[in-house]
Amino acid sequence: MSGTGPRENIFATRMALTNTKLRLKGAQTGHSLLAKKRDALTTRFRAILKKVDEAKRKMGRVMQLASFSMAEVTYATGDISYLVQEQAKSATFRVKAKQENVSGVVLPAFEVDRVPDFNLTGLGRGGQQVIKAREVYAKAIETLVELASLQTAFTILDEVIRATNRRVNAIEHVIIPRLENTIKYVLSELDEMDREEFFRLKKVQGKKKRDLAARESARAAEEADNVALEATIDDEGGGDLLSSKDEDVIF
Amino acid sequence: MEGLFFNVDSGFLEGIVRGYKAGILTQSQYASLGQCETLEDFRTQLSASDYGNFLANEPSPLSTSTIADKATKVLVDQFNYLRSNSVQPLSKFFDYITYAYMIDNVILLITGTLHERDTHELLQRCHPLGVFDTMPALCVATNVEELYQSVLVETALAPYFRDCLSASDLDDLNIEIVRNTVYKAYLEDFYHFCTSLGSPTSDVMHRILSFEADRRTINITINSFGTELTKEQRAKLFPTIGRLFPEGNNQLAKSDDIDQVRQVCENISEYRSFFDNTSSQLGGGNESSAASELEDHFFTTEVHLNKQAFMQQFQYGVFYSYMKLKEQEIRNLTWIAECIAQDARDRMQDFIPIF
Repeated sequence: MSGTGPRENIFATRMALTNTKLRLKGAQTGHSLLAKKRDALTTRFRAILKKVDEAKRKMGRVMQLASFSMAEVTYATGDISYLVQEQAKSATFRVKAKQENVSGVVLPAFEVDRVPDFNLTGLGRGGQQVIKAREVYAKAIETLVELASLQTAFTILDEVIRATNRRVNAIEHVIIPRLENTIKYVLSELDEMDREEFFRLKKVQGKKKRDLAARESARAAEEADNVALEATIDDEGGGDLLSSKDEDVIF
Repeated sequence: MEGLFFNVDSGFLEGIVRGYKAGILTQSQYASLGQCETLEDFRTQLSASDYGNFLANEPSPLSTSTIADKATKVLVDQFNYLRSNSVQPLSKFFDYITYAYMIDNVILLITGTLHERDTHELLQRCHPLGVFDTMPALCVATNVEELYQSVLVETALAPYFRDCLSASDLDDLNIEIVRNTVYKAYLEDFYHFCTSLGSPTSDVMHRILSFEADRRTINITINSFGTELTKEQRAKLFPTIGRLFPEGNNQLAKSDDIDQVRQVCENISEYRSFFDNTSSQLGGGNESSAASELEDHFFTTEVHLNKQAFMQQFQYGVFYSYMKLKEQEIRNLTWIAECIAQDARDRMQDFIPIF
């Protein structure tokens, strides 16, 4: 019975039993909590996965559009890359990081912060194309930022879900069976001890009864002897008491 | 009388340039270029045209910028041949053609110097038509004052810079304003130079340059909406030639939205159609797409005017027109190549066919 699985190495006492039972209870509560967490995370994970997929597809489209708008700029104005590079004074596109909490997991989320700038590139010709290209590329970067925050959340959630899964499985398949086994073991040991005690008591009682019976029978015999002796004394009528030696009475 | 002596000095070159013009890609060649699946096919198709095997030594995979660079190189070689065979006043005319590119190059160098970049690597990025012998000398300048002086001393653009700008302007003003100010001065000067050449060159060139000036005026107006460019600054950038000058320019300088621009252009019959299509097509009034439609109209009209220049003989306009047409062709090639590379076949027909 007690050899059916791994168990904890404790003495089979009532106190240990109470302790183990408490621990089992704790393990079960923990298991259900972790399972809930896992489910919540998985739901979130699925949602993110869907969004990542969407964002990736969107990015493909947006990037294509963006590089095409660049082609339009080249068509209208020629190569403006150097001028644009040189005129850039401050970042017009910033990324802010903030944190989001999903059932105890901190996920970073990136936010876009755009500062409009007035650049006169292409004033003489093709300015509209330049503006359009800038808008399209800004949108492309926005999509990239969105994708980045999704991807980060994706990897972090993935790790956390795996850790949680491991914990849930460990509790379910290792800790709870072990505690159950321990409880079983302790119970069986205690039962065994009960039975032994009972048997011992029975045995003692039996012995006592036998002894009592023996003593009863001895006393009965002695009484019988005494009656016989008295009879003999009565018969002889004042015989010498010392003429005969009584047998020593042994109790 | 013009026609009598024209051929003495310039007959040969006119013959050459008309020969070059015959090599400009035709509609059917564009159609076959549009059929190409890859840029390799594109190269093969082009080798059947006048470009020959100009891409032969390029390693695959080809990039669209390589195609544009090589095509420009072909054009530059042709131009240099024409230029080296020319005599006054045609050579002066060729010089004027290069000034436009020179302005871009000098502006590029100024930008580099202002931001303290290594200007030597900028020299490679300069447009080959605008390269002049003393250009590397501009790279020596380390601050704006020196640069301004060397621009005055070393370049042919000195009068434009001297009249319009001071050394401190280079530092204070947005570089695009500098560029447009100089370009305005250049256009006006070119216009007056063409007047001095007399008819029929002046007739042809005035038409083209007027259009160029109007186009810049309209573009600057539209592009300055919603920017920090004030109306006074804007008015200063308008060339004082062209069909919109003077009252159209004045109205444009005061206008606040694209509808006012449209009203101004109503007065010129040729320009009226630019806005007709866009307004009927859009309805909603999307400004940026209206403006890009406008850009296409500009290109079409430019090509049309330049083509007309070939109708006249014994004048210099053909040289300018040939350069412009060829530039448009390079743009078309780049556009088609870009469409092939990016697999955007639905937009492929958006170029401006020349013949």
